Amino acid sequence: MNHPWQGRRIPLAWLLLTRQPARLAVALAGIAFAGILMFMQLGFRDGLFDASVTIHKQFDADLVLISPRTMSSIAMAGFPQRRLVQALADADVAGITPVHWNLMLWRNPQTRLTRSILTLGFEPGDPLFTDPALARSAHQLTQVGRVLFDRLSRPEFGPVAAWLGQGRTVETEVAGTRVRVAGLVSLGPSFGADGNMLVSRETFLRLMPSTPPGSIELGLIRLRQGADPAAVIGRLRQLLPPDVRILTKQGFVEFEKDYWRTSTAIGFIFTLGAGMGFVVGCVIVYQVLYSDVSDHLPEYATLMAMGYPLRTLLGVVAREGLLLAALGYLPAWLAGQGLYALVRAGTKLPVFMELQRSQLVFAMILTMCMASAALAMRKLADADPAEIF
Amino acid sequence: MNFSRPSLVASLRQPDPAALAPAVRIQELSHWYGRGATRRQVLLGVNLTLHAGEVVLLTGPSGCGKTTLLTLVGALRQVMAGSVQVLGQELAGSSRGQRQQLRRSVGMIFQGHNLLRCLSAEQNVQMGSDLLPQLSYRARRDRAREWLRAVGLSEQLHQLPHDLSGGQKQRVAIARALAAEPRLLLADEPTAALDSRTGREIVDLLRGLARGQGCAVLMVTHDPRILDIADRVLRMEDGQLVESGGEERL
Repeated sequence: MNHPWQGRRIPLAWLLLTRQPARLAVALAGIAFAGILMFMQLGFRDGLFDASVTIHKQFDADLVLISPRTMSSIAMAGFPQRRLVQALADADVAGITPVHWNLMLWRNPQTRLTRSILTLGFEPGDPLFTDPALARSAHQLTQVGRVLFDRLSRPEFGPVAAWLGQGRTVETEVAGTRVRVAGLVSLGPSFGADGNMLVSRETFLRLMPSTPPGSIELGLIRLRQGADPAAVIGRLRQLLPPDVRILTKQGFVEFEKDYWRTSTAIGFIFTLGAGMGFVVGCVIVYQVLYSDVSDHLPEYATLMAMGYPLRTLLGVVAREGLLLAALGYLPAWLAGQGLYALVRAGTKLPVFMELQRSQLVFAMILTMCMASAALAMRKLADADPAEIF
Repeated sequence: MNFSRPSLVASLRQPDPAALAPAVRIQELSHWYGRGATRRQVLLGVNLTLHAGEVVLLTGPSGCGKTTLLTLVGALRQVMAGSVQVLGQELAGSSRGQRQQLRRSVGMIFQGHNLLRCLSAEQNVQMGSDLLPQLSYRARRDRAREWLRAVGLSEQLHQLPHDLSGGQKQRVAIARALAAEPRLLLADEPTAALDSRTGREIVDLLRGLARGQGCAVLMVTHDPRILDIADRVLRMEDGQLVESGGEERL
């Protein structure tokens, strides 16, 4: 008799919803629509931010050095390579890789049209990416004028991978200089660059003779196992003059995302889109709940006349909101999964159903339904049991 | 049909000083609608006493204040002037919470049956028995089934109001009102929407079940064919009670 389920009542909210299937369908379609809109807009937003750091995530580094004048991957400024060598003085630093970084014009070998390509220059013997596949092909760069082309680059750069597969020699022009594609790597396009290629530092300087001697755009630092990155950063800040900025690898990733988040309208546009989904959902759920309360006003008044307190009736409306949120979220989540797969296939953007976003959208749908329920509850004040006789 | 159901009634009836007092005692009750220049008096110094187990019918032309009296006794309106004691509790100056609490002990049957459309007959009646404190879900459901059987609807437990006839709906409403074990039952023209034979059945049923529980009944009606079920018939005119002749049978 004291078991909690013995205190249970008729599930009025559930029955109100399920015994009016047409109204329930409208409500669920509205909520699911709002949810899908939010999933898509937030997915695109996060996907674009994630896409801006496709390359950043792959560097084999614990810490990075960049110039304090660097704003983003599409505007990398140079700093003296000496700073990177100086960092070797710290006992916890295990290795360094100086990297040149710039956008160059690539001529499509088929159409002869030029397009901006992100070019990284490094010593072929140095570790650059965590992917071990690169180390195997890096030796092909030792000869000057050879490049490794990113097979995931957008098709506008030409059918390089296909031609290589057919055994053809692919030669083209980068920044006005003839180069030969020595092999392929898999990196992926990012927001700032539609395509990527890797060259040796010597080739890089030949393609970009204006680069000041001894200047690099990115310094990768690898630490000894068990070293505390924060402590090393602290010591390096003491050691190095302020003409370099020291970041962790994760900090470098966030630095790039921050640029796209704060310096462009992308974040605003997609957040606004998600907000519109939220508002549309609110309107639909409010309409449904309000008309539901209006239609059942005499019944609610009857319950009050029977001696049920107003709080019971408010609870019924609140539970309706809760149920709508739960039932509407499910189709939104499933449709979101499907649409994300379509987006991945169509745009190569790294859009996945992340736990955090799933929770955020659920929280928004819940807020939407509960806010609408709270507004619809005001209508309950009209339920006057004295009027029903 | 077995009208008295002692098995259902026995449980919650503890000796209670309020039970010894009259079910309803009204003294010099007056009521107005509107305010200022449009203020209109609907009740004018009404006095009335209703004893436990008594069935009293209230008749009179429409607009004479019958329904207002019913809503005041049912604790659905605030008392303006005079005194209304229902089941030992004074309603003049009562709070909203006190009135809501009292309504649990007052059963109401409406002209329109006012069933919850989305609930089956059994669930509608259980909304009544759910008001009983400290009973398990199963006990409250069994009680709802018992009452539906008592009104002759054991075959229609799971039908929605939509699928029931007018008389059947009114029977469900009676079962719902009685399932909360009220000590006072108020009914507003329960037979108005029914044909004469069904109407007769309904009031007979109502009286039988109420008597079985020792529940006082105050029923507003226009229907002259059912006057004979009453212990007393009161007539109301222009907001005042006029004791009608003939039917004084107590």
